[in-house]
Amino acid sequence: MEDLRNTIASWKRKHSSEISDAKEIIHMVKKSPLSIAGLCIVLALVFVAISAPYIAPYDPIAMCLNNRLASPSMIHLLGTDELGRDILSRIIYGTGVALKIMIIVLMIDLPLGVLLGITAGYFGGWIDEIIMRVADIFMAFPRLILAMAIGAALGPSLVNTMIAIAITMWPTYARLARGETLSIKERTFIEAEKALGTSKARVLLSSILPLCSSTTIVRATLDMGNVIRIAAGMSFLGLGAQPPTPEWGLMVSTGRGFLINQWWVPTFPGFAILLAVFGFNLLGDGIRDVSDPHLRRGG
Amino acid sequence: MTFRDYVVKRMALFVVVIIGVVTVTFLLSHVIPADPVGAILGENAPQELVEKTERQLGLDLPLHQQYIRYMKGMVHWDFGISLRTQKPVSKDLKTYFPATLELVMLSMLIAITCGIGLGILSAVKRNKMPDNISRIFSLIGISMPAFWLGLLFILILYYHLGIIPAGGRLSPRISPPLTVTGLYTVDSLIAGEFRTFWDALYHLLGPALVLGWIQTAYICRVTRSSMLEVFNEEYIRTARIKGLKEKIVIFRHAFRNAAIPVITMVGISFGYLLEGSVLTETVFAYPGLGRYSVNSFLSLDLNAVVGSVTLIAICYALSNLIVDLVYGFLDPRVKY
Repeated sequence: MEDLRNTIASWKRKHSSEISDAKEIIHMVKKSPLSIAGLCIVLALVFVAISAPYIAPYDPIAMCLNNRLASPSMIHLLGTDELGRDILSRIIYGTGVALKIMIIVLMIDLPLGVLLGITAGYFGGWIDEIIMRVADIFMAFPRLILAMAIGAALGPSLVNTMIAIAITMWPTYARLARGETLSIKERTFIEAEKALGTSKARVLLSSILPLCSSTTIVRATLDMGNVIRIAAGMSFLGLGAQPPTPEWGLMVSTGRGFLINQWWVPTFPGFAILLAVFGFNLLGDGIRDVSDPHLRRGG
Repeated sequence: MTFRDYVVKRMALFVVVIIGVVTVTFLLSHVIPADPVGAILGENAPQELVEKTERQLGLDLPLHQQYIRYMKGMVHWDFGISLRTQKPVSKDLKTYFPATLELVMLSMLIAITCGIGLGILSAVKRNKMPDNISRIFSLIGISMPAFWLGLLFILILYYHLGIIPAGGRLSPRISPPLTVTGLYTVDSLIAGEFRTFWDALYHLLGPALVLGWIQTAYICRVTRSSMLEVFNEEYIRTARIKGLKEKIVIFRHAFRNAAIPVITMVGISFGYLLEGSVLTETVFAYPGLGRYSVNSFLSLDLNAVVGSVTLIAICYALSNLIVDLVYGFLDPRVKY
């Protein structure tokens, strides 16, 4: 017992700075009701996405042609669409689709951008020049336009939407990671590792990469909502997910024709997009405020 | 490095980026699974006719020669004929681009006025009611899918309230003014046709409000945080201690110094607006560049895709260039 207490005490002493940081972060989050609201929305989305098969009242793609365009009622809480499918169930299943797109996009472009960025920053010279100029060229297109072009080139589908969005987003992370690397590589411990003869790849991956990751991950949380919004936009234009996928943008697009007489068909899926993006933006804002020491203390 | 060197260097980067953009568009247009010859001749054309057309279009050449040919066309602003409209793409762009420009400029005007106003109000009344309202308003704005907001506007403002028209650029009974700039609002004023002017403005209202709200949100957020940062500075305290009126402190001392990030955001907004115009124009059936490009993507009309994407990318790169130059000019602390 005494032993355990000692271990805990020494652990506390060793990690005192981390503990006080964590305390401060919790304090900040507590003080900002907006980020708590964001966290709640995001957790709710994750819950809905995981438990979709259990909580959705109907099959999202089962058609019921003699119950087309039914208005919201106790049987169909949000009504049915032009093929008699339950809109609430489709929105519930759509949550999983939206989150899947977001996670896969970030899983492709975060490592890609960071690796290219730290390589550019660490080696400098022509490697830096080539990587960053390519990044400049990709950044010269508005994201949605480039994603649309790549989506059209690959053919409209959900997978290609993810690839297209990922390709448009890596330059942001590459730039951030490069900037961080430039300042980290001048620090003494990197010099020391070099003097000890550690290989370049090892310095890059085990010393520089972990130090760059926090900034880029914070940036990624700010982008999560954007990914969902761009993917929905592409599906809305017909260049993303294809029917009968329960994708929110696609549902708004097919429901457009019923806007005036059956307003619920395009309105509810659109509201789901707004809510999801809003939640991620709130959370991202909160995380940025917490992680930025400048804002944390003074501002 | 002097400011002049910086300008030269930045211009050179602009040229490199444009060449890169055009190259990427070329590569993309070769990956897009379209069959231009089949689209012109139909599926059952005889083999020799297919080969002849391929030769005419230069599709039988090796890739690098096609690239040179493509670049030559690009220099002359020649993208070939659009398969969908059967007109030269450059001519189509000339018709549709001013429509988008007009829309983007009006949205920008709305966004700058409301965004800066709300941002300053938010910063001055920090953590009070007006601040909370404007923060939530702008968070909703940046989270809003433009196409859905457009649909809501049509449902509420058009169908229920009748404040805005359903779509298009002019009412059917009004003919477009004589083309000078291509901007209907400006052209109708030049021609002195005030009815046409009001009608054009009336049709711009819906899409411009959609885009304007979303941009207002971005500009408001930047203005707020930039103002808050400046409020912490010593010279603001000095100005207040001197007994200057709060209005003068806010506008003359604080806002002028807080303006640089706001200007950057306005420039970046331009890109967002081009992007948003694609969605908004589709919803409002507004005949602009955005809708043109979506339709060419959907019908795999290659020449039109290349033309519209190139034009959009050039505009975007140009706005980035201007922002960087203005930034360098305004902020003497910037390291070139």
